[in-house]
Amino acid sequence: MTRPGGAPDRVPAGAPDGVPAGLPGGVPDGVSPTWGVRGLTVWFGAHAALRDVTLEVPAGQVTGVVGGDGAGKTTLLRILAGAAAPDAGEVRRPPAEQTGYLAASSGTYPDLSVDENLAFAAAGYGMPGKLAAARASQLLERTGLAAARQRLAGKLSGGMRQKLGVVRAMLHRPRLLVLDEPTTGVDPVSRADLWWLIARAAAEGAAVVLTTTYIDEAERAASVLVLEDGDALAQGKPEEIIASVPGTIKISPERLRGDAARRAWRRAGTWRVWVPPGYDGGADGTAGGEGAADCVTPDLQDAVIVAALARELWAGEPS
Amino acid sequence: MTELLAQSIGATRVFGHIAAVSDVDLQVAPGEVVGLLGANGAGKTTLIRMLLGLLPPSAGEVRLFGQLPSLATRRRLGYVPQGLGLYDDLTPRENMSFAAAAFGGAGGERGAPGRHRPRPAGLAKRGVPGGQRPRFPGLAKRRAPGGRLPGLAPLPPGLESMSKITVGRLPLGVQRRIAFAQALAHRPDLLVLDEPTSGVDPLAGARLWETIGDAAAAGAGVLVTTHHMDEAQECERLVVMAEGRVVAEGDVAAIVGSARVTVVETPDWSGAFEAIERAGSAAALVGRTLRVPAASPEEVKRMVGAVPARVYEAAATLEERFLQLTLPAAGAGAGAGGGAGQAH
Repeated sequence: MTRPGGAPDRVPAGAPDGVPAGLPGGVPDGVSPTWGVRGLTVWFGAHAALRDVTLEVPAGQVTGVVGGDGAGKTTLLRILAGAAAPDAGEVRRPPAEQTGYLAASSGTYPDLSVDENLAFAAAGYGMPGKLAAARASQLLERTGLAAARQRLAGKLSGGMRQKLGVVRAMLHRPRLLVLDEPTTGVDPVSRADLWWLIARAAAEGAAVVLTTTYIDEAERAASVLVLEDGDALAQGKPEEIIASVPGTIKISPERLRGDAARRAWRRAGTWRVWVPPGYDGGADGTAGGEGAADCVTPDLQDAVIVAALARELWAGEPS
Repeated sequence: MTELLAQSIGATRVFGHIAAVSDVDLQVAPGEVVGLLGANGAGKTTLIRMLLGLLPPSAGEVRLFGQLPSLATRRRLGYVPQGLGLYDDLTPRENMSFAAAAFGGAGGERGAPGRHRPRPAGLAKRGVPGGQRPRFPGLAKRRAPGGRLPGLAPLPPGLESMSKITVGRLPLGVQRRIAFAQALAHRPDLLVLDEPTSGVDPLAGARLWETIGDAAAAGAGVLVTTHHMDEAQECERLVVMAEGRVVAEGDVAAIVGSARVTVVETPDWSGAFEAIERAGSAAALVGRTLRVPAASPEEVKRMVGAVPARVYEAAATLEERFLQLTLPAAGAGAGAGGGAGQAH
């Protein structure tokens, strides 16, 4: 699939599914449709919440959308879930009854117990009671919620409430599972349980799309869309985003000064500086040197920072 | 010998029959960034509350700047809670003025104490007299080189254009910068930060860490509590708590140590995932690979059986190691598979 306007500067979202080198086969459920959006634009008054965003959400894998507060993540997920409509662009999603959605503001009723929340959801999905109860038991048991089934959702800890919200959203085995910041504010133990639910839904064949503000969490997704101010800053498989970093990244034990300071950031007690391709400003000592000892192999965090720096520094320049 | 900024010695706090914190030794020295990790209920908040003097220990001791915590020691602290503690209906400038008044004035103004704002009554008597409070030699250079309005720290650079907008209407990244500026304005000797970069994009996060690093380089001690390993990796030293006790301490490499996980690469990850589940173990999904924290490659090969897969051992990540340290040995059913019970 090509981006509207054919912009070749980003990794296409529809790159072939990754299969480890030397292994046969492909995604088992190869005929499943791919949900997603294409050329999506959303205006909030004069402010573009999303600008020409394209994202594929394939079945049987996790797609991550990462960005800071206000980047457009929630708007994108609301549209994928059918809770909002775009001003321009295409949306491909299954019918509402085959979609599961956890909104950022928790999808549970505080005055109902855990069991009542799930029974209510099952009725809404038109699921047979017995089937729903059996599936709920299995998911609650596995994520440490079994003992809390009679508790009111409003009395649960943040992590338990988020787990309940995800169980509720995936109870009816939706083909598309849309989770808005499922792990925000939870501790690492609850986060592991939430990721088990997420993996479980993907293993059952659902197309899972989730948002996060943390890069290390986004890196757990098979493919990632990085949003900033409504624009796609980078997208693709994490390794593709890393491979597409222009220029080189150097490491410096000391803080950089002058022009280089604008291209530098702090990582784990040292500084990293991005040297754009063809950069020859040797005065600050950061030019050239591909393969030099102080070059670092970027990770996804570095790659996203470089994309943000490039956007900041090249803003307004003809591309 | 360096004076410790914050110290707990065998600190213990019991609520009813439950020890929320048991026998914890923690030190924060000037210039150091210490990360405190722990699941909910591990005792982090109770320990911090004791260190801040909000809660007396049931046994053991806590020291702030070498003294028992008090209002006087509290004035040498900067604290940014996760909720940021800003007033949404005030502008950035009003927020900072208000905080400056509450802390008895911003740093660097001691030559003109209280010139333009009243000292809050409760602090007037007990506050350390201006200019008299003990300081560390390294801290002097943090004073602004003059030219600044007494008691009124500048807004962070680039925020002047937003000075008339109430804080509640500003983006979260901007709010975080204001909260930092506010916490740093009185030049605290000890900064306590709760998930300092949560909710902001990576570049903004890196810029916030620069600010934290600058404060440490100038001699402040920083204690960061977080649930995120991205943030933990920015700290020089980590202290991991579980069930009220310190279970690991050191830099990232020391904490991860030789912990290993088993990695499964397969075109049929969902088949392998189910097979590992059925075998009673647990796999975490990362991209299209599975990571099994509690079983050897040989065991995992047996579990996945006929599923074509490349199975090998790899170093654990900090998060995986954290879960191994945190989850009880019997917790193989939990999340990314506890079960790797041996903590050391």
